[in-house]
Amino acid sequence: MNLTLKIWRQKNQSDKGGFKEYKVTGISEDMSFLEMLDVLNEEMSEKGEDPVHFDHDCREGICGTCSLFINGRPHGPQQTTTCQLHMRSFKDGDSITIEPWRAKPFPVVKDLVVDRGAFDRIIQAGGYVSVNTGGVPDANEIAIPKIIADEAFDSATCIGCGACVAACKNGSAMLFVSAKISQLALLPQGQVERRERAEKMIAQMDAEGFGACSNTGACSAECPKEIRQSNIARMNREYYAASVVTENV
Amino acid sequence: MSWVTKTLNSTLGRKLLMALTGLFLILFLVVHLAGNLQLLAGDGGEAFNIYAQGMAVNPLIRGVSIINFILILVHIVYAILLTQHNKKARPIEYAVTNPSANSSWASRNMGILGTVILIFLLVHLRGFWYRLKFGSPDKVNIDGVEYDNAFIIVEEAFKNPFYAGFYVLSMVFLAFHLYHGFGSAFQTIGLNHKKYSPLIKKVGIGFAILVPALFALIPIVLYIQSL
Amino acid sequence: MILDAKIPSGPLAEKWTKHKFNVKLVNPANKRKYEIIVVGTGLAGASAAASLAELGYNVKAFCFQDSPRRAHSIAAQGGINAAKNYQNDGDSIFRLFYDTIKGGDYRSREANVYRLAEVSVNIIDQCVAQGVPFAREYGGLLANRSFGGAQVSRTFYARGQTGQQLLLGAYSALSRQVANGKVKLFPRTEMMDVVIVDGKARGIVTRNLITGAIESHSGHAVLLCTGGYGNVFFLSTNAMGSNVTAAWRAHKKGAYFSNPCYTQIHPTCIPVSGDHQSKLTLMSESLRNDGRVWVPKTIEMAEKLRKKQIKPKDIKDEERDYYLETKYPSFGNLVPRDVASRNAKYVCDEGRGVNETGEAVFLDFRDAILRDGEDLVRSKYGNLFDMYQQITGENPYQTPMMIYPAVHYTMGGLWVDYNLMTNIPGLYALGEANFSDHGANRLGASALMQGLADGYFVVPYTVGDYLANLPIQKINVDHPEFKKSESDVKERIQKLLTINGTKTVDYYHKKLGKIMWNYCGMARSADGLIKAKAMIKELKSEFWSNVKVLGTGEELNQSLEKAHRVADFIELGELMMDDALNRNESCGGHFREEYQTPEGEALRDDENFAYVASWEYKGEGIEEELHKEELVFENVKLTQRSYK
Repeated sequence: MNLTLKIWRQKNQSDKGGFKEYKVTGISEDMSFLEMLDVLNEEMSEKGEDPVHFDHDCREGICGTCSLFINGRPHGPQQTTTCQLHMRSFKDGDSITIEPWRAKPFPVVKDLVVDRGAFDRIIQAGGYVSVNTGGVPDANEIAIPKIIADEAFDSATCIGCGACVAACKNGSAMLFVSAKISQLALLPQGQVERRERAEKMIAQMDAEGFGACSNTGACSAECPKEIRQSNIARMNREYYAASVVTENV
Repeated sequence: MSWVTKTLNSTLGRKLLMALTGLFLILFLVVHLAGNLQLLAGDGGEAFNIYAQGMAVNPLIRGVSIINFILILVHIVYAILLTQHNKKARPIEYAVTNPSANSSWASRNMGILGTVILIFLLVHLRGFWYRLKFGSPDKVNIDGVEYDNAFIIVEEAFKNPFYAGFYVLSMVFLAFHLYHGFGSAFQTIGLNHKKYSPLIKKVGIGFAILVPALFALIPIVLYIQSL
Repeated sequence: MILDAKIPSGPLAEKWTKHKFNVKLVNPANKRKYEIIVVGTGLAGASAAASLAELGYNVKAFCFQDSPRRAHSIAAQGGINAAKNYQNDGDSIFRLFYDTIKGGDYRSREANVYRLAEVSVNIIDQCVAQGVPFAREYGGLLANRSFGGAQVSRTFYARGQTGQQLLLGAYSALSRQVANGKVKLFPRTEMMDVVIVDGKARGIVTRNLITGAIESHSGHAVLLCTGGYGNVFFLSTNAMGSNVTAAWRAHKKGAYFSNPCYTQIHPTCIPVSGDHQSKLTLMSESLRNDGRVWVPKTIEMAEKLRKKQIKPKDIKDEERDYYLETKYPSFGNLVPRDVASRNAKYVCDEGRGVNETGEAVFLDFRDAILRDGEDLVRSKYGNLFDMYQQITGENPYQTPMMIYPAVHYTMGGLWVDYNLMTNIPGLYALGEANFSDHGANRLGASALMQGLADGYFVVPYTVGDYLANLPIQKINVDHPEFKKSESDVKERIQKLLTINGTKTVDYYHKKLGKIMWNYCGMARSADGLIKAKAMIKELKSEFWSNVKVLGTGEELNQSLEKAHRVADFIELGELMMDDALNRNESCGGHFREEYQTPEGEALRDDENFAYVASWEYKGEGIEEELHKEELVFENVKLTQRSYK
C-alpha cells in the first residue's frame, strides 16, 4: 500500500518544530508500524536526509519505549503498543499524522522522541518496598490470596510507556501512578510503607506538572496493558487516608 | 502550609473538593426538585407558595442555602483552578486528535457544560430568587396568612417561550453534566468496586435523565397551560 | 597467560559458603569512599547496582535506554527457575545444578553452576519481598510449572511476563537507591570504552546520546551487565538496541571473550514474514507444555499447505508427523531448545515446512483445548495467543500456531573467574554478558536466574574482596588514559561521520546477519565457516569505506549509535567464525555438521574440547589468540545427552 505521512520534525528541545509530509510506497500489511517507518528512514538516509528519530526497542510490546501519537491516538488505532500495531490496520492511500507525546513533563528531545524521566522520578519517590538484598523471609511465608495476587499483577503490568498521559486531555499521569500504588497497596509486602508511598508519589507527580484526572477514562481505553481505572479510585482512597492518618505535618 | 491545605491543593485534593461539592449539589437538586414539582400541583400555586415562604424563613434552611452558595462557588473556583492546571500540563496541543475513540463527549466537556449551567444559574437567580428577595413580590392570602406569591412570578416567566425554552435547553446541559459528574464523583472519592460501581453507573444515568427531565417538565407544562 | 578461574577448593556444596567467609570485607565507613560503575540496568545491572548501593558503595549506573526499566530483560516471558522444591517433586539444589550442567552439554564450570543453583532459592525470596506478583495457587502459596525440558516443576512465573516483573522489582530497588542518593543514574548514555590504568579497570568513557558529549567516569571497579550479542544475526528476539559494544570494547582492551560461537536458537518464535522484518518475536517456551509440534508426513501435503490449498485442520492425525514425540518419546515436545530447533530445521529442510516461506512448523493446541477447555488454555496462555494474533492476524484457538527457530540468547561472553571478574582486574561481567553458567546451551527459565544471582548475591561479595585490596584514592578523569580513550572515541565518531558512502548502516547489518545465520546458525561446517569469515572481512572493509552516517556527533543521532554497534558486531562475527571453526565437535547451541551421530544428534568430543575457548585480542588485523580453560568435572559424569 501507499501512504502519506505527516510527521512532526523537531531538531532538538529548543527548536520550534513543525510537520513535514512524506510518501511511502509498497508497504506490506504484515509490517509493523515501526517497520514502515524503518522503510521511510532507509529511503531518507539513502537520499541524504536526516531520518526520523523515534523511540523503540524491544518491538514486542513490553519495554514501553515506543511512543507515537498516530492519527489522534496514542499507539494508533489499536489498543496496543506502536511496535505491535500492524499496517493491516490501515488502508492504501491513508494519510497518517504522527506526533510525539504531548505533555509539559515529557519535553520533546528530537522529532518524535520525548523525555519520560518524570516517570522514573515518580517511582524513585516511593514506588518500591524498602527491603535490602538478603535477610528476607522465605517466599512461601507470605500467603497471598490468588485473587489479590492476580489483581496486583494486573496493576503491575504497566509498561510505563506514557500512553495514558498522552491520551488524557489533561495530561494526567494518574493511571501510571495509581498502577504502582495499587500493586503495592494490594500486596502484604507493600503495607508497611503504604501511606507514605501514596503521599510521596503523588507529591512528585504534582511537582512534575502532570494534570489532574477528570475521569474521562481515555487513559484506560488507550492503555496497551489495559490498566483499569479502578486503580485511580484506589489511589485516591490511599491518598486521602494517608493525608488523614500519617503524622507528616 | 498545613497538611490540610497541602492535601486540598494537590491535584487529588482539588478533585476531591470537586467531587464532594458536586455530590452535595446533586443532593440539593433533589430537594429543589421536590419543592418545584409543587408548581405542577394544580392548586393555583398554594402549596408552592407555602413551601417557598417556609424555605425563606426557616433559619436552618437559610443556613443550608448559604452553604449551598459557598459550595457552588467552591465547585466553580476549583473547576477553574483545575482547568488552568490541566491546560498547563499540555502547553502544545496535538494537531490531530480523535478523542471520541476513547472517551465520552460529556466527560471531556464538563467545563463547557458547567459554564452553561452557571449562566443558567445566574439568569435563574435573577429571575426568581432576586425578585423574591430584593423585589416587591405580590402577596397572596392563604388560610389567613399572607405569603409572597412566588408562583405567579414563575407562571409569568414561563409564558415567554424563549425563557421557557432556555430553561429546557439548560436542563439538557445539566443532564450531560450529571451524566458524567454523578459516576465521576464516586470514582474520585475512591468508590470503585466490582459489586457497586455498575449500580452507581446505572443510578447515575437514571438520575442524569430523570432529574433534569422533571425540572424541564415545569416550564413546559406552565408554558402549555399559558397558551 | 593461564586462565585461573579461582575456584575455591573443597566439596562442591561448600565452595560458595567457604568462599563467602574467605573474601575480604570492606569497612562500612570506607564503602562510601568507593565508586562502582555499573553499565547496563537489566536484571544483572539493576540488581547489582541496587545491592552494592545498599551496602554503602557509591554507584553510577548507565543505560542506553531512556529508563533503566526498559532493559531487554523485561522481555523474558516464561519464568525463573529455583530449587525450592515447593512442589515436593524431587527437586533439589543438586538436581538444578545437574540439569543445568547437562543442559549446557557439559561445557560450563561445575562450581559456578552449583552456586547458581544454590542462590536460586534466595532470588525468589528477594523478589517476593519486593512485591513481585508471582503466580499463586488458591491457597495463597506460590505456583510453579515445569519448563523447557525440566522434569520437575521449579519454574516461578508471572503469567507470560516474568522478566518484566522481575526487572521492575530490581528497578524499584535501584530507584530506591537513586532516591537515597547512593546511585547516580545515567540514562541514554552509552559506554564507548573501558579505561585501564596500571592494568586495572578504572573507569569508562561514555557518549551522552542526547547531546553527544563524550564524558569520562572514574571508579574503583567497572561492572559490565550489558547483555548478549544475538543482534549480530540482525534478526533475533533481542531488542533493537541490544548490542555487544560494551563487551567488545572491553575485549579490545584485553578482556578475553569466551565461547562466542555458542548461540541459542529458540524453537518457538513467530516465523519471518518478509524482507522488511526488523526483529523476531519469541513465543514463550511454556507453550510447548501443551502445544504439540508437527508437520505433515509428506512433502506433497506440505506443498498444498504452503499454497493454501488445504488448511491444517484438514490434515488427519495419521497424516501428521509429531516428530518430537516420535523421536523423543520420554521428553516429547519438551526436549531442550537446541534439539527442538534443530529438528524443526531438519523437517523444513526436507521440504515439509508449512508456511509460504517453507520455514515454519505447527504448534497445535487442538488437543489441549479438547482436553482442558478453551478457558483453561486461555488462562495459561491468553496473552501469548493475543500477541500471536496481533502479529500474524491468525487466531491460534482455531488454527495451529506456526513457529520457527530464531536466535534468542548467547551463552558466550566475556571470560570471568569464579568472582565474575574478567582477566582485567576490577572489570566484572555479569548476566548474559559473561560466559559462565550456561555452557553450550541454556535451559529455559535460567537466564533470569543467572542475571539476578550475579547481581543480588554474587557480585556484592566478590567486588568487596577486590576493593578491600585497592587504595581508596580515586583516579582523576584528567589522567592521560582517560584523555586517550576520549580522543580515540571522538576519532572513531569522526571517522564514521566522514566516510559519507552510499549504503546505510542497516544495509550492512542485514548483510552481516545473513552471513551469520547461513554459516554460523543452527548448523555449521568448516567449509562454510572459512568462507563466511572471508565474507565478513570483506564486509568490514566495505563498511569502513562506504557506510553512510548522516547528521553530527553533537546531537541525538540514531544512525551513529547503530553504526558503532554494527561496526563491533562485524568484528565479533569474525571471531564467532574462528571459534566455531576451532570447536571440532557439536555441543549444545554449536552444531557442526561434520560431528553428529548416525541419528543426527550432536556429537561431543569431551576428550579434546572440554574447555572454555577464550580469545585474546591481539590488535587490528591480527588473528586472535586462543586460551583454553580446561573444564574439570568432579561431580557429574559426562554422558551423551539423551532425551529419547
